[in-house]
Amino acid sequence: MRVTCTVNGRPCVADNVWEGESLLYVLRERLGLPGSKNACEQGECGSCTIRMDGDLVCACLVAAGQAEGADLRTVEGLAGEDGALAPVQRAFLDAGAVQCGFCTPGLLMATEELLERVPEPSDADIREALSGNLCRCTGYEHIMDAVRLAAARRTAVEGRPA
Amino acid sequence: MTLRPGTLSQRSARGTTGGVGESTGRPDGTLKVTGEFAYSSDLWHEDMLWGHTLRSPHPHAEILGIDVAAALALPGVHAVLTHHDLPAATHYGLEFSDQPVLARDVVRYQGEAVAVVAADHPETARRAAAAIAVAYRELPVVHDETSATAPGAPLLHPDRTDHHAADSPHPNVVHRQPVRHGDVAAARARAEVVVRGTYQVGMQDQAFLGPESGLAVPAEDGGIDLYIATQWLHVDQKQIAPVLGLPAEKVRLTLSGVGGAFGAREDLSMQAHACLLALRTGRPVKMVYNREESFFGHVHRHPARLSYEHGALRDGTLLYVTCRIVLDGGAYASSSPAVVGNAASLGLGPYDIPNADIEALALYTNNPPCGAMRGFGAVQACFAYEAQMDKLAAALDMDPVTLRQHNAMRQGTVMPTGQPVDSPAPVAALLAAVAARPLPPPRRWENATGTADVRELPGGLSNTTHGEGVVRGVGYAVGIKNVGFSEGFDDYSTARVRLEVVAGEPVAVVHTAAAEVGQGGVTVQAQIARTELGVTRVTLLPADTTVGSAGSTSASRQTYMTGGAVKHTCEAVREQVLDRARERFGAAAARLEAGKVVAADGEVIATLADVLGDGAIELEREFRHRPTRPFHPRTGQGHGHVQYSFCAHRAVVEVDTELGLVKVIELAAAQDVGKALNPLSVAGQIHGGSAQGLGLAVLEEIVVGPDGRVRNPSFTDYLIPTILDVPSMPLDILELADEHAPYGLRGVGEAPTLSATPAIVAAVRQATGLDLVRVPVRPEHLTGTA
Repeated sequence: MRVTCTVNGRPCVADNVWEGESLLYVLRERLGLPGSKNACEQGECGSCTIRMDGDLVCACLVAAGQAEGADLRTVEGLAGEDGALAPVQRAFLDAGAVQCGFCTPGLLMATEELLERVPEPSDADIREALSGNLCRCTGYEHIMDAVRLAAARRTAVEGRPA
Repeated sequence: MTLRPGTLSQRSARGTTGGVGESTGRPDGTLKVTGEFAYSSDLWHEDMLWGHTLRSPHPHAEILGIDVAAALALPGVHAVLTHHDLPAATHYGLEFSDQPVLARDVVRYQGEAVAVVAADHPETARRAAAAIAVAYRELPVVHDETSATAPGAPLLHPDRTDHHAADSPHPNVVHRQPVRHGDVAAARARAEVVVRGTYQVGMQDQAFLGPESGLAVPAEDGGIDLYIATQWLHVDQKQIAPVLGLPAEKVRLTLSGVGGAFGAREDLSMQAHACLLALRTGRPVKMVYNREESFFGHVHRHPARLSYEHGALRDGTLLYVTCRIVLDGGAYASSSPAVVGNAASLGLGPYDIPNADIEALALYTNNPPCGAMRGFGAVQACFAYEAQMDKLAAALDMDPVTLRQHNAMRQGTVMPTGQPVDSPAPVAALLAAVAARPLPPPRRWENATGTADVRELPGGLSNTTHGEGVVRGVGYAVGIKNVGFSEGFDDYSTARVRLEVVAGEPVAVVHTAAAEVGQGGVTVQAQIARTELGVTRVTLLPADTTVGSAGSTSASRQTYMTGGAVKHTCEAVREQVLDRARERFGAAAARLEAGKVVAADGEVIATLADVLGDGAIELEREFRHRPTRPFHPRTGQGHGHVQYSFCAHRAVVEVDTELGLVKVIELAAAQDVGKALNPLSVAGQIHGGSAQGLGLAVLEEIVVGPDGRVRNPSFTDYLIPTILDVPSMPLDILELADEHAPYGLRGVGEAPTLSATPAIVAAVRQATGLDLVRVPVRPEHLTGTA
């Protein structure tokens, strides 16, 4: 089958998609976007977290056909066209939240969604929002620091929400 | 070969700025946050096939026949290989070559590889593997010490020829190491208090996030290029080449991006299989395990049964310890002999104890093979000896920290192996640091209005309690881990460094084969080059087998060893630069600083561009740590270790006693790192190691039935800690230099994994009053329903 969707603002077409393929497979193997990672294929680890029509989804649990006509955003779409890193990306680097980095794309997507929804999250808010994203390297302490830092910088740039 | 856009960019990753001692950024950081960094599972070739492995459903069975006709007949299938198709060596292994590349007449564990397939779509490959017909006759299963050593027990490797076979008390014992120290009988007669305990540690999995994967590309010269996530390129090469029947120089390995390791990538997984398929089909072959296959495709932490007896005087002075540590090695040896050596030699913990009788051994069973995991034999012992220290403190009515400090090892203490500790061993100070931290305020979920945020309670969002039945406890532990490879192993690393001038600017190009698995080795290598050569720009070449071995990224050794190699090589390069400068500009040239040659008084003599011109200096050097010696096979005596690493933890937990749920609310650590080359990375290693210790304490276990079958090979059923499970982890980092190590550093990665587990369990014991003797602690152990 053919799947047509928008990824990071660009129209994309994948042909000869087998009906059993996941959206993650289509992104990684057919559209050349391997930034979303595959670590469990069960929706347990969050490594493949992307935005689908604004919602957070595990791309491994989305059948390719479900993405027909969808507006998708992956880690490859976080940085600006000029390559400038998004605040969450910069914060993860500055806080030492990236070690092996395999969980990083999914965590960045989940963090961005959290901060859109809750610009000044409490620690409990952060832990709740990121509890679907496993990290095996960092012990999460630097990830907490990164999210707090990103939130502070976003608030400083955008001003306090009304 | 054609790789996707982005995948080549890591190959000349350029670092940020900053030298030794600074929290500089990772050179691969930007690529990792933009999704451009190519992990081994991201590699792609326009002509590639997908490989898949058929694995045994049985823990122990005779193979009566294999029929691959139906699989080969499927459209899109390009090759199906069984043991019949192996061109050369049929076995491999880290220490003994006892593991079949593909099973021949018998399978010894559930998940053993039997056949491999290459096809044009991963699903086609999976279906082809499922279409292979294997006839099995199941055999009796050996699953523990009793069944493995019973009269008439099946011998898993009846034709052993390894160097430990002669000293093993039974053919199903891989290796046994006794350690005899002092006079236990005399000490026992003087003891005023004796405590005994038997403890168990479950099978933990490394559970790195990036599953095993790689791409094998056949080359025009008949050789193979393998792009792979591994911990040690050269030991892979050493094992793969004989299997392929190729000379080592035709088996070229390049490190591809690694999504965590923690020991599980020390053994081969799909390396030889992908190469065999690529050579057979003449096409690139990519293999990527899914999570279930990953659980079967790598070794795990040895589960253990440990029996300890501690004897002391009434003032708390330890007189003797006896212990017996039985490790389940599973079906193949892997690194079990070295794990046994660690468990035996570190089995007393970081304490000064004059008399000991220690025995550690590893078994062959039909359980999943076990090998390297962070902490490597020291984790299991630490859980037991720290539980014993708490038990002894209770028997003496002493404070558990005071008892530990009273017996704490220090510089000069003689290990039970007879080896004196010849660098700082601040065990008492580390305990003091965690004990001095203010405790978290009590019942922090109860705010002024008395309502609770359930997210902060045991059970969390499951809303299982609002504080009723919740009790708090505090526990302490400290551990000792060796750094580097021990017991006489020729442990070395190689670095090649070129200093050149590009567009008027000096650049250091550093090439090593050290695997970057997330720990930050690439960051510190660049920092070292900047510091030693006085340059800003450092280019790290990809780790591959065109430079000499760096040894394994394990045993907390890579900053010490490859960091040492880079330092040593840079020093040699620097000497040549200074020699050239002296020849051309006079004798005052003393050091390199900010791209310039300067005199001792700081006067600038020349720029590096003036000295080097077009004449780059390139040198390659090996670095070795001080030699070690094997432990005596019957007494365990010998200078077996290079360096020790120490970490202490204090855990604060809350337990819902009704449902048996544990919430760790704070896990404070103190560690001596000798010298923090990159303080931010050091903290990240201590946090990450502590979280894995937390997992072993309350969550993580591969459950293997007495039938040898794995019950929970998925992330749904094998639970690794989430961000809700891991609490705040305040740190105290000491820097007491080890005069024998580069910059005085001390390996960091493993020690925090040791003591986190017993500290948490001690806290749960204190909260509940229960005598918990196994990890992970499960709800049924806390509710009395086990």
